[in-house]
Amino acid sequence: MSQNVLILGATSGIARAVVRRLARDGDCLLLAGRNEEELKRIANDVHVRAECRADTICFDALATDEHAAFVEQCIAHFDDQLDGVILCHGTMFDQAEAQNDFALAQQMIQTNYTSAVSILEPVATYMQARKQGYICGISSVAGDRGRQSNYIYGSTKAALTTYLAGLRHRMANENVQVITIKPGIVDTPMTFGVVDRNSPLVATPDRIAQDVVRAIRRGSPTIYTPWFWRCIMTIIRAVPERLFWRTKL
Amino acid sequence: MCTNAPTILLGGWGNYPLAECRLHRPGTLATLKKISPLHENGHLIARGLGRSYGDPAINASHNVVLTDALDNLIHFDRDSHIVEAQAGVSLQTLLDVFMPRGYFLPVTPGTKFVTLGGAIAADVHGKNHHRDGSMVSFIIDLQLLTASGEVLICSRDENREVFWATVGGMGLTGIILSARLKLLPVATAYVTVDYHKAANLDEALEQFDTGDAQYQYSVAWIDCLASGASMGRSVIMQGNHATMNDLSERQRENPLAPRRGRALPMPCHAPGWALNPLSVKLFNAAFYRKHKNGRKVEHYDPFFYPLDGVNDWNRLYGRRGLIQYQPVLPRETSRTALVALLELLTRSKRASFLAVLKSYGPQNDGMLSFPLAGHTLALDLPYTGRALLELIEAMDRIVLEHGGRLYLAKDACMSRATFEAGYPRLAEFKQLCRQLDPRGKFSSSQSRRLGITEAIA
Repeated sequence: MSQNVLILGATSGIARAVVRRLARDGDCLLLAGRNEEELKRIANDVHVRAECRADTICFDALATDEHAAFVEQCIAHFDDQLDGVILCHGTMFDQAEAQNDFALAQQMIQTNYTSAVSILEPVATYMQARKQGYICGISSVAGDRGRQSNYIYGSTKAALTTYLAGLRHRMANENVQVITIKPGIVDTPMTFGVVDRNSPLVATPDRIAQDVVRAIRRGSPTIYTPWFWRCIMTIIRAVPERLFWRTKL
Repeated sequence: MCTNAPTILLGGWGNYPLAECRLHRPGTLATLKKISPLHENGHLIARGLGRSYGDPAINASHNVVLTDALDNLIHFDRDSHIVEAQAGVSLQTLLDVFMPRGYFLPVTPGTKFVTLGGAIAADVHGKNHHRDGSMVSFIIDLQLLTASGEVLICSRDENREVFWATVGGMGLTGIILSARLKLLPVATAYVTVDYHKAANLDEALEQFDTGDAQYQYSVAWIDCLASGASMGRSVIMQGNHATMNDLSERQRENPLAPRRGRALPMPCHAPGWALNPLSVKLFNAAFYRKHKNGRKVEHYDPFFYPLDGVNDWNRLYGRRGLIQYQPVLPRETSRTALVALLELLTRSKRASFLAVLKSYGPQNDGMLSFPLAGHTLALDLPYTGRALLELIEAMDRIVLEHGGRLYLAKDACMSRATFEAGYPRLAEFKQLCRQLDPRGKFSSSQSRRLGITEAIA
């Protein structure tokens, strides 16, 4: 059945791939982000590709004061039938730069974590009252263990993961699914130049989107994508601290 | 967002040559327009999916801009079946989206993994060139980001000169942002293919002459190792789009299905000796024997894209890579030139695993567009260093003597003289580039090698 879905941070690499797949399934989409021109371009693309409807709405993750009103506006857009929210916005700065410039660290914390709490709480309240819907958050394997090379970004994602786990607990008996997506390394504009696109560990956004949509349809609680990251992260989490310190991870 | 421009060792599809390039990958149109080399004293070239073979989409010590993330569809008009899309969209995407609605690409090269922008910049052609011409025949207009940062709309009426320079212009006039393409309505996703075995080159050329009028698609696989009386023996495949009546019951269940099966992986480079004269000879002989004369109804995917069935098939040629050699020879001289080329090849025993022969229709107004009325031969030659380059030089001489020229999208090593002799409108093209881009921002490894753009101090 066609669902009404809000995508936050719809211009991100993963979001674009998710949007295309949802459209193929016939969902009605509301694309939210800062760059309105680019959002319109994506909405148009979806319209041509899947002959389905997609609208756009301006959304600033950092303007937390406006989030409650924004959620109301989105609910009204779908005539009080908002079925799903996918949180895709996020930002990553180089660890070394963020260590020396708190403004960058703060921007990651606010974008990746603070804004998620601010925007998802009113959504959760709405869905809880309606006793249906899903909330899907794109977190990261980087949040599974703090590593010297990327711990400021990683800790924002760890916070997001914990937040989503708590929300899932709260919604356990409310017929609302809360889904945590932990992508591994993805080839997106955000990671371009940081990762080697040809490495077998690096996945395309479409590969991630395939797993995201499947997790949404099944209502899976937490998924790693691609699947083998679950094994990799299990090992990384199991390494004792003193041994871990000797690695360059 | 990080604005990284990593330096990466990059090659074309042939993996020869390789060069260190600074790579950019804008995720949105706005970031592309702001890209640094356009505004500073940099040099850049656009790159789509990197399917050109040699060095047109690499830029040694300079910038390469990947356009594959800019792949939005913009508009589709059902009445005129014209699709407007950003240049980074792949032909595969267009097939996936439009085949189920009954539209096929009006022109397609031998792989669907190319971008629309790349297809225009190389003015690609397909098995229907003798009848329909190259890609530009179906391009209504395009938007070009020029060196000044301005966006020009170019068509046969508007900015006419720039249009004909951009088509086949290998990205040297600017970055193609989007284009409108007229799709071909078809009844099914299938093609009726008539196979015809030709015992030698004369039979093959004759089959093209008699068959080209009745078939929309026509191509021959040619055995470059056969010599003597069977020199140039070929399997000719000629086809038309199938109607519902041509399909079997099973095919009729889903007559417009876009793709069949999954591509096989080629996970690593094959060892350098995998393609040797013996293995190639065995393959060629088996291929010739396997095919029988007669008609088959085939899905478009294996018919148009036989190699797309294996991902990264170029790895078959090992780490040293391959050179694809593709000349076109005018109709008047093509037979003698082809005989001379085949003699040279059989003598050198440096056979091509995949060799393709095809006839072309008349050339268009593209200043550097490749096809001209005659015959083309496409060879994949494993790179073996000096010996291969000498063979190519000898082949270049034959092509030049017979008034032919080489395809820029395949070229990795032709000389400046060979290029200049083959493309009489070069001066006009250079003149136009100087007007559009006085500081020579758009430049590639190939354009400097061939002297299309100035050397960089």
